[in-house]
Formats: sequence, structure tokens, C-alpha cells
Amino acid sequence: MRLGLVGISHHRAPVELRERVALDADGAAALARALAVDGAEAVCLSTCNRTELYLAHADPASAKAQAAEALDALSGLESQQLSPALYRLRDEAAALHLFRVAAGLDSMVPGEGEILGQVRAAYERGAPGTLLDRLFRQALHAGKKARTHTAIAESPASVSAAAAALAQQVFGELDGRRILLVGAGKVSDLAARNLLSRGARISFVANRSPDRAAELAERFGAQPLQLDEIRPELERADVVVSSTSAPGFVVGRDDVAAALPARKGRPLFLIDLAVPRDLDPAIHELDGCFLYDIDDLEQVVAESLAGRRREAERAEAIVAAEADRFRAWHASLDVVPAIASLRARAEEIRAGELAKLEGRLGRLSDAERRAVESATAQILNKLLHLPTVRMKQAAVTADGVVYADAVRHLFGLGEEER
Amino acid sequence: MAELLFWPALLAYGEAAVAYGAEARRPGFAGRLAIWGVRVGWLLQTALLATQGARADGFPWSSWGGALNLFAWLVVAAYLIWGCRPRFRLLGLAVMPLAAVLLALAYVGGGFAARGDHPGTLLALHVAVMLAAFAGFTLAAGLSAFFLWHERGLKRREPRILRLRVPPLETLDRLAARSLTVSFGALTLAIALGVVSLARDGGRFDAAMAATLAAWLVYALFVLLRSRAGLHGRRAAHVSLAGFALVVLVLPITHFA
Repeated sequence: MRLGLVGISHHRAPVELRERVALDADGAAALARALAVDGAEAVCLSTCNRTELYLAHADPASAKAQAAEALDALSGLESQQLSPALYRLRDEAAALHLFRVAAGLDSMVPGEGEILGQVRAAYERGAPGTLLDRLFRQALHAGKKARTHTAIAESPASVSAAAAALAQQVFGELDGRRILLVGAGKVSDLAARNLLSRGARISFVANRSPDRAAELAERFGAQPLQLDEIRPELERADVVVSSTSAPGFVVGRDDVAAALPARKGRPLFLIDLAVPRDLDPAIHELDGCFLYDIDDLEQVVAESLAGRRREAERAEAIVAAEADRFRAWHASLDVVPAIASLRARAEEIRAGELAKLEGRLGRLSDAERRAVESATAQILNKLLHLPTVRMKQAAVTADGVVYADAVRHLFGLGEEER
Repeated sequence: MAELLFWPALLAYGEAAVAYGAEARRPGFAGRLAIWGVRVGWLLQTALLATQGARADGFPWSSWGGALNLFAWLVVAAYLIWGCRPRFRLLGLAVMPLAAVLLALAYVGGGFAARGDHPGTLLALHVAVMLAAFAGFTLAAGLSAFFLWHERGLKRREPRILRLRVPPLETLDRLAARSLTVSFGALTLAIALGVVSLARDGGRFDAAMAATLAAWLVYALFVLLRSRAGLHGRRAAHVSLAGFALVVLVLPITHFA
């Protein structure tokens, strides 16, 4: 069995092309099943950035041609239109590619976490056999290892995630922390959701439009406020997220300063996602107040992404080591049947010879008979030990197949069946 | 025997201090090396103190070298309570160089001599509790300094702020206050023991006592303001460091004034 991969990704194809071959989970599963015929194995990985078909087939060339045809058919384009954007990899290169994908090294944001779940889903819904089963399990392992042994997935990759991570630098766990959401737009909604996912609670939603404030407050189980009602709530909130389209400051330095005595030293973290800004920059000068605007957050994200790229070098080494392990296992598939046949043939001869001696051995006691059986088995094991080890060693080199063929030829293995 | 244990302990503390420096530049393996250096060094120093205590005729830690030895051990012990947690590792950058220097000074000052004196149980208890309190204040000061450093990073909006694994501000503030409050209790007890001992054995009110009382007043103010007026954050850290400055004065004054 050989491994093959045909795919299209954000590296070589624009979204207009990728969307033509994008599949939902059911579609990907159906395509994998359709390709897994005549003993072949197939898994289809389809995300917003890539659609890839992994195939294990005795004849990789025809399998890849079939896969490319399937993608052509999906796209509804002429093959020469799609073909330049497709990549075709085989064996070790295909395995290494999947390991890099699972580790997030092939993603737009290095180390992003979603891809690992998508690889798992593709594997579970695909049609893997021995080869693809091992490949995908090892890819999932490599993906997890790259994330746990390096810091590639630790830092935030978006403004809203950076805001939440910064809030954690102040408060630690955000469980039960009160958020005051100022403005009910999409941007603040996204930041709030990120904070919510880390355990914070949206307590107040303030907006110029009372209806919109009420609508959002109901969704989050919060209290709706008018913009002029914010001031007293500054005493109770832990995090303020603001994103309105107001032309001036919605919260001034004096508003926050007035709330500080009642806060009794509790820190206040403020996130200003609006342009023009909603929160007076002078708030940041107050003791215990930390104000980050959109530019500050973008700088944090840029540094964080640079950090991820640095960590990616270490993750590449982990992935390469895993790919080597897979290559060794894959290569051993060539010699394992030969070793098994050789040992079976030897055992057959041993059993045959013992059967011929049955008449004379009949006089032996049970203990003596066991000793004879054990001695002959040991002779076989000792004789076959070195050839077995040497064949396994050769398996990881290009000579593996040659050794396996030589053993089959020398010992006449498989000739009876012909 | 003491020599045999001193050098490996100093080496382990030194290794931890260097490894924490490397950890600050590139978090990961160096941090694990550092924490093992702290653990091994502390165990060796524990054995060293036990050996010293067993061999000495009397209380071997009332000389300034001996007191520094015990003090360094208490500081590292207090650090070990939190230092093993990944987020607190960088606190070791402040604690371990100090511990290594104190241990070396203790050696130079003859703190490992096998002789002891007989100050009486009350005075020995006074010294031990006082040193424990000072160790707690040292840790609280380390946490406060850590707080100020981290707060400065957040105030400056340093883009790489998320790259270092450091404890959240609120945790640092809380732990510093907790260490300080417990140590304040110990200091109060140590002063009471000292007063009883002074009344029983006689003696004069000296500069060390004045500095100790001044430190007690600063810490009492901290505890009072914390509970009544919500002293938190940067101001709390400054008060903690001011108290520690007085503690730093007390030990040398005790033995050299």
C-alpha cells in the first residue's frame, strides 16, 4: 500500500477556488467512502482553508488521478483550471504534510487550535484502513505534542483573544468577573464572547439605543443601561468593553476616578475597541486602571504571532521526528510479511520433522518430549533472530524491499500458492 | 561534614539563579532546571542545618553568620511554597540570587562552625521566630517587587507582556498581603518573646530593637489599612517594600552596631 495526497489550500488557491471544492462533514465522508473502493483507503479533510484527499492504494498513480478527478467534478471547472492549484504528494511527503497540518504549522495562524479537531473529525468520518488509521492517529498525536511541548498555541491570535488574555494578566481566572459592555456592536460582542468563554459574566449592557441594549442584555442575562447610566456601574464592574460609534469619549477620566474610592483598590481593566475612541486615554494613568485601545491590542497580537512563528521552528522538529517514526513503521510493512512467512515456514519444517520422529519419540517421557520441543524451537529462534533484526533494520532504508524479496526467493516463500 | 554539604547547596542555589535568568529570556527547560536546583539546594541546606544542630553544643544560629544561614534556608522554604508553580517561577529570579549570596556570606561569616552558645530557650525561640518572620517579609517583598514589575509592563502596554508566564496582578497582591500578614503575626510573637527575655535577663533598648519596632509599625499600618481602607495594588506593594527596607537594616545592626 502506498500513501497519496491530492489537495488544495490557501497557500496556492484563492477563496473563489477553494469554496468550489469545500465540503461539509457529510459531503467529505461521502467522498471518502466513494474513493475507498477495491481495498483502497480514503479520508477527506475539508476546512475553510483546505480540501485534501488522503489515499492509501496499491496503485498510487491511479488513486491520485481518481482523487483529482473527484475534485475537478466537485469544482465544476475544467481540469486545467483547477490543476495548477492542486498539490500532489506521496508517502513520506504526504505524511509529513498531514503532521504539519495537524500541528497547525500549515495554518494561516501558526498553531491555531481548530485544525486538530477538524483532522480528528475527518479521520472519524473517513474510510481509513491499516495505513490511514495509523497515519491519522499519529498525526493527532503529533499535533497534540507540538502544542504541549512548545508555546505555539499559547498566545492569542486575535484582538478579542488578546483582550481576554490581558484581562487574565490582571485578574487571573475570570470566573464570575463582571463585564460592562458599552455599545452593542459586533466588535464588542466578539470580545465579550471571548471573555465569557473564560468564565466572566456580562452584568451590564449599555447602548444609545435602549431596544438594542435590552435585546443584547436579555441574550446575556445582563442588566440593560442607557449610556448616561454607566457611571455608578463603574464601581462594580471588573472589565469594561467599549465599542460605540460615538464621536467623543463615552467614559472620561473623572468618571472612573469618582468610582475608585468605592472600588477599594480592586483593579479595573478597560478595553476600547472603538474608532474614534470611547474611553479617555487618561484613565490609564489612574492607579489600578489598565486601558488598552485597538492599537495596543493589535501590537500585542503582532508580537504574539511573532512568538508563535518562533515556536513553530521547535514544533517543526517535533513533527519531523513523528514523520520519521511513521516512515519507519510504513517501511516495516514491506518486510513484516516476509519475516512472518519465513518464521511460519521454519515452524512448519520443525513441526514436520518432529512428526516424522513421532514413532521414536513415543518412548520419551513427557518431560523429555518437552525438552526436545523446546530445544528445536530455540534453535529456530536463534537461527532466525539475526536475519529478522537485519531485515527490520533494512526496512527503514531503501533496501527493505530488496531484502524482503531476497528472503522470499531464497526460502521459496509463497511458491506453494503459485 | 558541614563543608561537604555547604558547597553542593551553594552550587545548587547558584545553578537555580542562573537557570532562572535563562528562563526569563526563554521560558521552558531552564525553568525546570531551576526549580530542581532550588529543591536539591534546599534539601542539602536542610541536611546542613540538621548536622550543625546535632553537632553543636547549644544554639548555633545566634551568630550573624549562623543567623544568615538559617534566614537563607527560611527564605527558600517560603519560596518553595509557591515557586514550584510555573507562573511563579520567575519570582526565583529575585529570591535565588539573594539566597545564594546570603549562604555564601553565612559561610564567610563562620555560620557553619560547629559551636553553639547557650542563649536560653526563650532567646533561641525569639531568634528563630524573628528569622522566620523576616523570611516571610522577604518573600512578601519579592512578591511586591514582582507585582510592581508586572504592573509596570501592563501600564507601559508592552507588546510582549503575554509571552512571559507570570502570576496575575491580583494573585501577586493577595499572596504578598497574605505572606506579610502571617509574618506580621510571627514578628509580633518574636517581639513579645524578646520583651519577656529582656525583662527577665536584663539589657538595654538598642538600635536593632528600634529598627525592629519601626518595621513592626510599618507592617501594622499595612495590615490596618488593608483591612479598613482597602490598601491594594501599587500602594500596598510600596508599603511592603518600605517595611522590608527596615528588615534589611535590622539583621546587620543586630550584630554589628
